[in-house]
Amino acid sequence: MTRQIRIALRNCGVIDPENINDYIATGGYDALAKAIFSMSQDDVIDTMKKSGLRGRGGAGFPTGIKWETARKAKSDKKYVLCNADEGDPGAFMDRSVLEGDPHCVLEAMAICGYAIGASEGIIYVRAEYPLAVKRLQIAIDQAKELGLFGENILGSGFSFDIRLYFGAGAFVCGEETSLMNSVQGGRGEPRLKPPFPANVGLWDKPTNINNVETYANVTQIVRNGWEWYRQFGTEKSAGTKVFALAGKVNNVGLVEVPMGTTLREIIYDIGGGIQHHKKFKSAQTGGPSGGCIPAEHLDTPIDYESLIALGSMMGSGGMIVMDEDDCMVGIAKFYLTFTAEESCGKCTPCRIGNMRLLEILTRITEGDGTEDDLKKLESLGQTIKDTALCGLGQSSPNPILSTLHYFYDEYMAHVDEKRCPSGTCTKLVGYKILPEKCTGCTVCARNCPVNCISGERKKTHVIDQKRCIKCGVCFSKCPFKAIIRG
Amino acid sequence: MAQEAAEVEIKGSYPEIDEYYESMPDKNGALIPVMHKAQQVYGWLSEDVQLYISHLLGVPASKVYGVATFYSLFNLERKGKFRVNVCLGTACYVRGAEKVLAAFENELDIKNTETTKDGLFTLSSIRCVGACGLAPVVMVNDKVFGRVNPDDVKRIVDEFLSKVGDIA
Repeated sequence: MTRQIRIALRNCGVIDPENINDYIATGGYDALAKAIFSMSQDDVIDTMKKSGLRGRGGAGFPTGIKWETARKAKSDKKYVLCNADEGDPGAFMDRSVLEGDPHCVLEAMAICGYAIGASEGIIYVRAEYPLAVKRLQIAIDQAKELGLFGENILGSGFSFDIRLYFGAGAFVCGEETSLMNSVQGGRGEPRLKPPFPANVGLWDKPTNINNVETYANVTQIVRNGWEWYRQFGTEKSAGTKVFALAGKVNNVGLVEVPMGTTLREIIYDIGGGIQHHKKFKSAQTGGPSGGCIPAEHLDTPIDYESLIALGSMMGSGGMIVMDEDDCMVGIAKFYLTFTAEESCGKCTPCRIGNMRLLEILTRITEGDGTEDDLKKLESLGQTIKDTALCGLGQSSPNPILSTLHYFYDEYMAHVDEKRCPSGTCTKLVGYKILPEKCTGCTVCARNCPVNCISGERKKTHVIDQKRCIKCGVCFSKCPFKAIIRG
Repeated sequence: MAQEAAEVEIKGSYPEIDEYYESMPDKNGALIPVMHKAQQVYGWLSEDVQLYISHLLGVPASKVYGVATFYSLFNLERKGKFRVNVCLGTACYVRGAEKVLAAFENELDIKNTETTKDGLFTLSSIRCVGACGLAPVVMVNDKVFGRVNPDDVKRIVDEFLSKVGDIA
């Protein structure tokens, strides 16, 4: 694990997250004091801009510029929002930060409040994360007790308060304008930008909104200076990124590495390679907004730009490793099922377009696809990308477009030969017993859940194809490799 | 001509909702927190409860219903005592969560999103619960089961069946 550098996760698993003294002992709230007492508002924003920190929620917008815009906006009231609506399936870095080091997020929000001139902070957190909610509330209460939040913090004249707001299970609420509509008590539907939240945000007031992991970097930047932060990462993508490594890899979990680390280093050196010595097929990054990166690009240094160039994106940092048993058409269908269901329905390209994409993919995985369908996927996908209202729709075709690009052969096998090369699309798979290899041991017949395999002991067995549900149990249980899939 | 809005009859009293609403320092954006509270107390949001919330907060019933149907965590139907949630996040999916879901459907003899006739189990698939290291993951109420394979399903169901006596 030597390649890892922990900045956002520095305290996770190290301190007791329910005891503020543990956090303070590691230098906690020093950065807030430093900002309030020895830096002007512009100093803080200047530091953030020079640090090169970019939004860790996925889009990678420069944090300092966001803060500067909110600072310049004129208003009697401003807000600091924290997006803790971690909805990408397969991503859990925000959850770990909130559960393991809640104070670092609170402290960063207060620093932001000071810098932009806001006195109220709201954390929008998933109700599905009960432990994170509990620990955040404990952290807020303890910090208030010590006078670190509330009126006149540490006698400085600066006041800042934080409260929690619970999401209710809608993926689109990770989009910032949807999130704000949700905090206002409505349906979480996005709106056109501009105006940006930094000018017209929550209750139409200037609002700075960042993701949990972005805030988790702030205190260290303020404390150690932007020059320190700049030593990590690449020129355009400074610092570190937390990835949630999961799927068919030996070591699953969170890894924090400098930007510019290669996929190979993450998956093989840190992740310990692919489970059961299988062959790597692709790495999916960016969740439902991202794409699948094939083996030939394992050595690309990862940052915001390189992932987009590969047809994927950083997203929140989910990284799902797939091996030879995973069907890329099936994976694309999996993500489209997700986005079609989570589409809020406000704009037509996303509401109807994604549904059509899903229908075409379903057709292909069931053996009814044509080569013309592949062209439709490509052109419709591109149209949705160009015309959808918010980030959800604009990125939802990525899983299809990237797999079409890198795994076109696999799509062709489905439409042309009606065959699923990895054997996961059940409608395209059949099982057959090879008479020359079958010893009549009866293992398959005894394990078949629908009793569709017949044959006498020590005689060749036969699968009744009409009743077979293609579960593959016989295939995996046969001790003589006498059952083939095709 | 503007038409008179039909008077909606408010059925029942909901002191827990009243109390919670009263205690909120900021009534702006109160709708979703109040709905969370109501669901926590009553388990689901019946039509009567939705109408009451609409009346209490002074927002149209259509808005309450619109919000209730927008977010997946709000239940518009009564749920079983034990809510079996099979995670279908990506990590769980590539590690065979669909087969686990099928095994639950088989064991409980219901389809995904349905509730057993005896009102004991509701089966749902859910989004990533952020426990990808334990994939595939199943949650029954607040209890998390990790690395579940289809053979474990009967044992999990039995574990909760054996608790029925304790609860009643």
